[in-house]
Amino acid sequence: MIATSNSSTSSNGDRTQILAKIREALREEAPLKHPAERSAGGEPTTAHFREWLPPVGSSAEERFALFARLSETLKTELHVCTDAAQAAAVIASIAEQCEWKTVALHHGELTDAVDRALPTSLNRVWVDNGYDKEVLEACDAGLSECELLVAQTGSVCVTGPSSGGRVLSVLPPHHLVVARRSQLVTDLTEAYASLATKYRETGYPSMISFITGPSRTGDIERILVLGAHGPKRLTVLLLP
Amino acid sequence: MQATDEAPPSSQFHSDADRSANDGPRRAAVYRALSNYKTARDRTGATFTDWKSARAAASTIKHEAVNNLDKYLEQFERNFTARGGKVFWANDSRQARDYILNLAKEKNVKAIVKSKAMTGEEIHLNEALVAEGFGVVESDLGEFIQQLKGEAPYHFVFPCMHLRRDEISDLFNRELGTAKTNSPEELTMIARKVLRRTYIEADMGISGGNFIVADAGMISITENEGNARLTVGVPRIHVALVGIEKVVPRLGDLALLLPMLATAGTGQHLTGYNSMYGGPRQPGENDGPEEFHVVLLDNHRTRLLADPEQRDALHCIRCGACLNVCPIFKNIGGHTYGTTYQGPIGSVITPHFRGLQDWKHLSGASSLCGACTETCPVGIDIHHHLLRNRRNAVTQKPTPLENLMWKAFSFLMRRPRLYSFATKVAPLAAKLHPLVQGTLADPVRVWTDTRDFPEPAAESFRTQFKRHQSTRASQTESTNTTR
Repeated sequence: MIATSNSSTSSNGDRTQILAKIREALREEAPLKHPAERSAGGEPTTAHFREWLPPVGSSAEERFALFARLSETLKTELHVCTDAAQAAAVIASIAEQCEWKTVALHHGELTDAVDRALPTSLNRVWVDNGYDKEVLEACDAGLSECELLVAQTGSVCVTGPSSGGRVLSVLPPHHLVVARRSQLVTDLTEAYASLATKYRETGYPSMISFITGPSRTGDIERILVLGAHGPKRLTVLLLP
Repeated sequence: MQATDEAPPSSQFHSDADRSANDGPRRAAVYRALSNYKTARDRTGATFTDWKSARAAASTIKHEAVNNLDKYLEQFERNFTARGGKVFWANDSRQARDYILNLAKEKNVKAIVKSKAMTGEEIHLNEALVAEGFGVVESDLGEFIQQLKGEAPYHFVFPCMHLRRDEISDLFNRELGTAKTNSPEELTMIARKVLRRTYIEADMGISGGNFIVADAGMISITENEGNARLTVGVPRIHVALVGIEKVVPRLGDLALLLPMLATAGTGQHLTGYNSMYGGPRQPGENDGPEEFHVVLLDNHRTRLLADPEQRDALHCIRCGACLNVCPIFKNIGGHTYGTTYQGPIGSVITPHFRGLQDWKHLSGASSLCGACTETCPVGIDIHHHLLRNRRNAVTQKPTPLENLMWKAFSFLMRRPRLYSFATKVAPLAAKLHPLVQGTLADPVRVWTDTRDFPEPAAESFRTQFKRHQSTRASQTESTNTTR
């Protein structure tokens, strides 16, 4: 039973055989049917992506205007705040309205500043050193920082190290993001370039996620419903 | 090919196509869903500065990846395993299933949560897991509904697009005991509530993957609901089951491919969650699975790879756009195809994966209008590949009756008198045709079963042409004499 031994979890399967099949198959070249512009290195030039994708505009104001417009379409609630205290006031008012008891969060420059200004009556669950899944699931909201904001797509980019791990931004029913205006980049190309620079030494985080609006589905009759499995509401609090 | 007692795929196809095409209400539901898609897709597509160039670049990136597949898969493996991930290379369905089953047994897994993976459908993973006593729950809303219904996905992007809300409400009422409702929102919340517990209780999460990123050693997953984020994030073991062709060379390539996938797939600028995973929980991180396995699935993809003429079919990013615009899909529906991958792209690749002779009928399920080729975001020559499959099927196994017909045609065309005689007899034969129409004596009954046979012209082209020539000649003569 060769197949059984090859599928044991200690082997890596038919690696050699599959690679040999691939090399054999590739002996004859396939024509390139849609030649794209190429850089000197022979790769399609990522610098060109920007010329083809939806336009953003070059100034910071244009970037912000597009992010704000897309947030509205996506049903992301965007609040421009003057400082962390004002962001905390926005959160406190939502908390009161929705009768929140507990908010989960992680330590960071911005989240700590917001935490200091939040009412003490709101319970905190800190996730930095691990957490109980049941406890996190029972939280009313998750408060996190983010890596970047993307103007072209209205997205929030979170990673493990920047945003309290893999789950904080997706398990509680309301995700609150606190970010600085300077974190807003033009498009995904700039976002990936910025991540590459930041993590050149340490290697990429084990999770990078571009969140574009609250969780959604159109699976029933293609009708949009928010809050399929992830957060029903996504609030972005933008500090100067 | 596996032996089976079931009807051959082509007769299943023909009877299902017949039934679906006559199911008016079902077709209306599918039309409605697809027209909503088309509006959104056209609106978002129009915001691109230059869709054509973007498409050429996307095609070039996938061409580079697929034509250097060995190199990029090895690069991915190196980078992914360097961070504690495990890579398993599966030659076929059974090997992939066995690996996942053994893993689940070895790690004492009880409950499994799955996010959408067409590769899982391809290898019949759920059936195998359930047969071994594991609980498996599909978490994507559409897949969850189809699982409850005990039915395969109707469309590989929109699994339950053919169902109306009242049917889903009845299904939930029957299977989950929930109150009936007419609101898609309430139905979604029922699924949300049921599935919340599943994420927390599952020991193992299984997902597919939209892209294998070679330079970063990551798997990229695109979704709208957040169920894949939870499936990868919460349980202690994760398995991603991914076809070997899903490679892209660089993380930065996703800056183009993700917006194109979203636009072509659902008409969004970007899908709700686009997440890239590089292995299990790392030292110093607060969460994530202890183990992260990637199963690289060949399952006859290398057969298609060995055909340079059709190799670009492996560029497919599974956006489903070709199904959405296909006039055949709209009328016969997804289940009729009897394949994991429905629609035009499925008709191209299935014969390579599962045998040309058994699946060649799919190449005929096309009007060759080319809408699929035109809409494809990575520029796959879909409708010409259908023609190539037809050609290959005939070359591999000639069809005697068709050969005879061509011989007869050629015989006739080389004999002008006989041809001229035939064109004179044709109108007469047409007059007699109604007597046998639709009966066994009707030589063209496959056509006339549901359609009228076009009536031959009363006068052949040759006769008309001759008359026209002679009138012109006499006109020219008379003009010449008056001059």
